[in-house]
Amino acid sequence: MALFWQQVVSGLASGGIYGALALALVLIHRATGVINFAQGEMAAFSTYVLWTLTANHGLSYWPAFVLTLALSFAGGVAIHQVVIRPVERGSQIRVVIVTIGLLLLLNGLMTWIWSGEIRPVASPFPSGTFDIGGVALAYGDVGTIAVCLAAVIVLWAFFQFTKVGLALRASAVNPAEARLVGVRVPWMLGLGWGLAAMLGAVAGVLTAPTTLLTPSMMQAILIYAFAAAVLGGIDSPIGAVVGGLILGVGLSLLATYVDFVGTELQLPVALLVILIVLLVKPAGLFGKTQVKKV
Amino acid sequence: MTALLELRDVEARYGPVQALRGISISVPEGSVVAVLGANGAGKTTTLRAVSGTVRRSGAILLGGKPLRGGPESAAKSGIAHVPEGRGTFTELSVVENLRLGAYTRRDRSVKADIERMSTYFPWISERGEQRAGTLSGGEQQMLALARALMGRPRLLMLDEPSLGLAPLVVREIFRIVRELNEKEGLTVLVVEQDARIALNAASSAYVLEVGKVAVSGSSAELRDDEAVRRSYLGY
Repeated sequence: MALFWQQVVSGLASGGIYGALALALVLIHRATGVINFAQGEMAAFSTYVLWTLTANHGLSYWPAFVLTLALSFAGGVAIHQVVIRPVERGSQIRVVIVTIGLLLLLNGLMTWIWSGEIRPVASPFPSGTFDIGGVALAYGDVGTIAVCLAAVIVLWAFFQFTKVGLALRASAVNPAEARLVGVRVPWMLGLGWGLAAMLGAVAGVLTAPTTLLTPSMMQAILIYAFAAAVLGGIDSPIGAVVGGLILGVGLSLLATYVDFVGTELQLPVALLVILIVLLVKPAGLFGKTQVKKV
Repeated sequence: MTALLELRDVEARYGPVQALRGISISVPEGSVVAVLGANGAGKTTTLRAVSGTVRRSGAILLGGKPLRGGPESAAKSGIAHVPEGRGTFTELSVVENLRLGAYTRRDRSVKADIERMSTYFPWISERGEQRAGTLSGGEQQMLALARALMGRPRLLMLDEPSLGLAPLVVREIFRIVRELNEKEGLTVLVVEQDARIALNAASSAYVLEVGKVAVSGSSAELRDDEAVRRSYLGY
C-alpha cells in the first residue's frame, strides 16, 4: 500500500505541472480562441531565464524565480502585442500557424542564445524523502504540488475577486459587450497571454530538475497538458487543473502496476486519452457542451 | 433646455451599405427621447454611431464636447448603451454583471449601488449569484438596464427593450425608465419598434426612414397626427 500512495503523490506532482501548463493553454484558448502550440517553448525559454539568473548572475533561487515570473509575464504580453494581435482578427487558423511559427522561432532562439547543451537545473527543494505513516514522500514532489497549488489559487483569486480579473473573464466570453462597459479588450487579451506565460514558467521551472534543461524539454509535457485540457474541457480552468491531476496520477499508477506500459508508453496513453475524450465527451469533464444556434 | 446629446448630419455605413444618411437629433438634458421607425430604418445604427461601435462621420456632441473613438471611450464619457437582445454576460453571475457595469468608475460606492439596484429590481438581492444566462428574458433585460445604471451614466441608450418580451414585462421596464427619468433626472434615448409604448414614455421622438429623419416632434404631436401615425407608426 505504501507504494501505491507514493505513486499517487508522485503522480500528483507531475499532474500539477500538467495542470499548470494546461491552465495556460485554457487561458489563451479563452482569450484568443486557439491552442497555443508555442506554450511549451515559452515555458522552456522562461526556464533558461531562471537558469541564467541563478548560474550567471548569482541570484539565489527564489528571488530568481519571482523575477523569472515577472519577465515571463512581460514576455507573454509582448508576444501577444507583436505577433498575435496583428493576425487576431483573421481566421483562427492564421493564429494557430503563427503559434507554430513561434514554437520554431523560440526553439531556435534558445539554441542560439544558450547553445543546445543539456544543462542541469537545481531543484529548490531538498532531495530525499520524509515519512508519513510508512509512506516515503519526496520533498521535491510535495514542493512541486505546493507551488502548483499556490499558483492556481492565486490565479483563481485574481479572476474571482479583482476588477481586472472580472474584466478579463468578460472580455473572453463577450468582447463586444465588454467594450460597451468600457473594458479595453485588447489589453485584457494581452494580460491573458502574460498570465499564461507565467503559468508556463512555473511548469517549466518545476519540470527542469527532473528532465534537465534543453530547448525541447517541454514538448512531451505539452502533449500531457493538451490531454489534461481536453480531459477537463478546453474552456474550463478548473477542468484543466483537475484533468492534469487525474492524468498525472493515472499515468503514474499505470506505469507502476501495468507492466507493459512502463515509462515508455506514457505518451501514447496521453494521446489515447485525447482521442477517447474527443470521441465520447468532446466537451470534457467540466466543459459546457456547445449548442450552436442555427 | 440645453442638449446633452447632439447629432449633426451623422452618417454611418456597414461596408458598402449606408445605414445613416445624415441625421440630426437633439436629446435635451433630463428628457426621454424616442427613435422610431421600421426595420432597417437606421434606429439601431443611430445608437451604435453614438457609442462608436460603427464607423461614422458627422458631429456627435455629448455636453458640447465631440465624441471620438470607440465604445470604451464612450463608456468612459458616461454613455451606457444597452444593445438589442439583452446585453448581459450570460456566463457571469448577476452581481458580476453589475460589477462590470461600474467598470469605468473609480469611487468606492459600487457595493452600495448594487444594493440600490435591488430597490428597482427586488429579485436581484436574492439571486446575485445566479448565472445571467439562466434568467428569464425579462429579467435579463432588467439586468442589462441595471448594469447600465451601475455606470452612473449621463445618457442611457436602450435598443428595443421590448423585443420578445411579454407586454406586462415591457410595461414594467418602461415604468422603471420613466421613474429613473423623473426621480433621478436621467437622460434617456430609446429606440423602439413599438411606437405606442415608446411615445408614452418619451417627451419627443424622431421617426427614421431609410437612414434619414422623416418626422420629428413632441410625443403628443406625433400621436395626434393621424397621417404620421398611419404612414410611419402603424397603429
